[in-house]
Amino acid sequence: MPHREGIIVSRADFDALFTALHRRGYEVVGPMIEDGAIIYDTVDSSADLPAGWTDRQEAGRYRLERRDDDALFGYVVGPHSWKKYLHPARLKLWEAERNEDGSMEFRDVDSSSAPRLAFLGVRSCELHAMAIQDRVFLGNGFTDPSYEARRRNAFTIGVNCGTAGGTCFCVSMKTGPAIEEGLAHDLSLTEILDGGEHRFLFRVGSEAGREILTELPSRPATPEDEQLAAATTARTADHMGRELPDAESVPALLLDNLEHSRWDEVAERCLTCANCTLACPTCFCTTVEDTTDLTGEHAERWRRWDSCFTLDFTWMPGGSARQSARSRYRQWMTHKLATWHEQFGSSGCVGCGRCITWCPVGIDITEETKAIRAGDARSQPATAS
Amino acid sequence: MTTTLEPILRKHPFFDGLTDADYALITGCAKNVRFRKGETLAREGDSADQFFLIREGRVSLDFPAPHGGRVRIQTLDAGEVAGYSWLMPPFVWQFDVVAVTDVRALEMNGGCLRGKCDEDPRLGYTLMQRFSQLMADRLAGTRLQLLDLYGAREESGYSAHE
Amino acid sequence: MSDLSPSPALPFPLQTVAPWKPEPWVIAERKEETAGVFTFFLEPRDGCAPMTFLPGQFNMLYSFGTGESAISHSGDAERSDGRLVHTIRRVGNVTNSLARLREGETLGVRGPFGTAWPMEEMRGRDLVFVAGGIGLAPLRPAIYHALNHRGDYGRITILAGARNPAEVLYPDELDEWGALEGVEVHVTVDRATDTWTRNVGVVTRLIPRAGFSKDNAAALICGPEIMMRYTVAELVKRGVTHDHIHVTMERNMKCAVALCGHCQLGSEFLCKDGPVYSFDRIRFWFEQREC
Repeated sequence: MPHREGIIVSRADFDALFTALHRRGYEVVGPMIEDGAIIYDTVDSSADLPAGWTDRQEAGRYRLERRDDDALFGYVVGPHSWKKYLHPARLKLWEAERNEDGSMEFRDVDSSSAPRLAFLGVRSCELHAMAIQDRVFLGNGFTDPSYEARRRNAFTIGVNCGTAGGTCFCVSMKTGPAIEEGLAHDLSLTEILDGGEHRFLFRVGSEAGREILTELPSRPATPEDEQLAAATTARTADHMGRELPDAESVPALLLDNLEHSRWDEVAERCLTCANCTLACPTCFCTTVEDTTDLTGEHAERWRRWDSCFTLDFTWMPGGSARQSARSRYRQWMTHKLATWHEQFGSSGCVGCGRCITWCPVGIDITEETKAIRAGDARSQPATAS
Repeated sequence: MTTTLEPILRKHPFFDGLTDADYALITGCAKNVRFRKGETLAREGDSADQFFLIREGRVSLDFPAPHGGRVRIQTLDAGEVAGYSWLMPPFVWQFDVVAVTDVRALEMNGGCLRGKCDEDPRLGYTLMQRFSQLMADRLAGTRLQLLDLYGAREESGYSAHE
Repeated sequence: MSDLSPSPALPFPLQTVAPWKPEPWVIAERKEETAGVFTFFLEPRDGCAPMTFLPGQFNMLYSFGTGESAISHSGDAERSDGRLVHTIRRVGNVTNSLARLREGETLGVRGPFGTAWPMEEMRGRDLVFVAGGIGLAPLRPAIYHALNHRGDYGRITILAGARNPAEVLYPDELDEWGALEGVEVHVTVDRATDTWTRNVGVVTRLIPRAGFSKDNAAALICGPEIMMRYTVAELVKRGVTHDHIHVTMERNMKCAVALCGHCQLGSEFLCKDGPVYSFDRIRFWFEQREC
């Protein structure tokens, strides 16, 4: 299909991509190094990308290391996800005035003027995470206008992973490592370092992507280019750091084991610090903050990220419905892997491994699942009660 | 010739489903009684020689309140039973039983009935089962009342916001 | 600057844009009910649209600068003057702040949200309303509906439990309803003094004595979860099946539009999939501990 033919752009010409995006008023955001991690921020040229760096990730551990090449995308995902742009951590919802006569006026904050951002370096798991959040914010009965505006204004350049992360399990979750054609994106690329010059095999994902790509100096991909690109993603798929076997059976497994002793065990380790929910690309919970100025005449309502791990997440006068750490860990994991299916028609987990890497005590969602499966209440012999 | 109370006994839900022999045995322990509104059927501390099968009206189980006056912790209507202290030592009423409205009831003589149960342990076991159930139900209800379910929830004091 | 067409990432049919913003409504009348419980009768400010709702739904009431609270509709959905009625209990920051508002003052209102008591589905049945404490407030619109459409329903039984005689909600209306043909009202309290001649004891004890048909009844329950659990058990003993028992669930609400995640109970967003449920639908999550 002509839509999906490979187009080769050399490393030397890569910055033409920035030029084409800037010409159209896009700010490019992508990976860069800050405070010892690869995070997402504004990148102005390929010089800002973490060329020649990779990440070593394990449960509760993240370190950067030098590669022996100059790959621009030779790492996986860091603590940030693209939700920091699509679903901002703080957002003003509306403002209100109270007049002397006691009347009140409420004013919308304009949500249609979202910045035009080009996301450079979106991994397959991240494209899946965006599609999942689309269902949350656009398909769950009410449309969030801020998310919709930001999503419409986002241009996505996907990257097929050339390296597998130590905590990655996208293969188990069927969310990668290769970007499938049906997954919404504008452009995708695979970085090729072998068999000739350092180059990128681009594919068009949308008309908008095609328009950009035609402005880059390029040549058609040869069969050898295609072969090398395919080998890269195949190699990545073979080196996943984690697995979640039999993922389709996990929802029923968890919902039938809500009183499993493993929840008590993990609760003893979990600090309810909320790192996992902050790092997770699909977690979406927010809270609202109502503020007023000193005169009491001007009020605002803000929305900010929240986490089901906090003690007051379920607070009503009288106490919290989920008081114990056990109940809160169980809520997060069963929501992500089980009840999400009933709500949104897919798993909430894309196998990116962030929750495993960024947990300060190294709790591993794949290990917890395996432990529950090992002691599955449904396969225990019936005991006299 | 005195009219037997057996048909009335048979109709009361608490004694439903006994054998003909059982009814014959226990009818002799029953007495038809009436109370006017406000009258006391039994007083706390009195010797519990009887219990009441309410036929019509409402009675209340009253306790002295902590700071004076009386507290009503349970009302019983037609078809229900007041009194289980006749069953076990020290055979003493644990609360006042007061007629909230005019009341018609069957008063069952405790001593008489205990005697019949000694004679016929099978009947004794049946009555024990029924009274155990009654006490368990009362206890369950009282526990729910103790939980103060409808009380305004205390503010926990932990909240940055509501 | 060329204008690119957006990514094919928005395949969803048009939904309601999330109503985050309140509208100003005025307190036309304020009534003190029991200790710490009061009722607002609200009218929209000039030029603002009236609101229609279904029994069982709730609004988010906003106290300027303090915050919002999810409060059930408590009035007649077919009220001719279009006023909204909300009975509120003072329990926390927002409700205490609302409690300071007087007639003529303004608050923010957005709604209605949530699922409704299935009045259509229950037509032809005897109705059993079981209310615990303030739970009578969210049930009242359904009672009004049943009385407004009397011919659509069979016997009506209203069982109301309260902490003590002073805390019985809407006592005059309860007596009015009890005087109606085919309507049976029983009130019970957890404790009383000896001047109280009505029932004393848990509300579930009123169920065995009530006159509704066990084969053709529908029950609507509102109260603390423990009370609802025992009430369901008692109704089942009486022969009412889970699909004909309806409860209303509660969790804290922030957005009321299924976006913030706070009100989730298992797979359910209570603001959108609830708060009213037939018991068979919510039973699994209802019976879990600390979910």
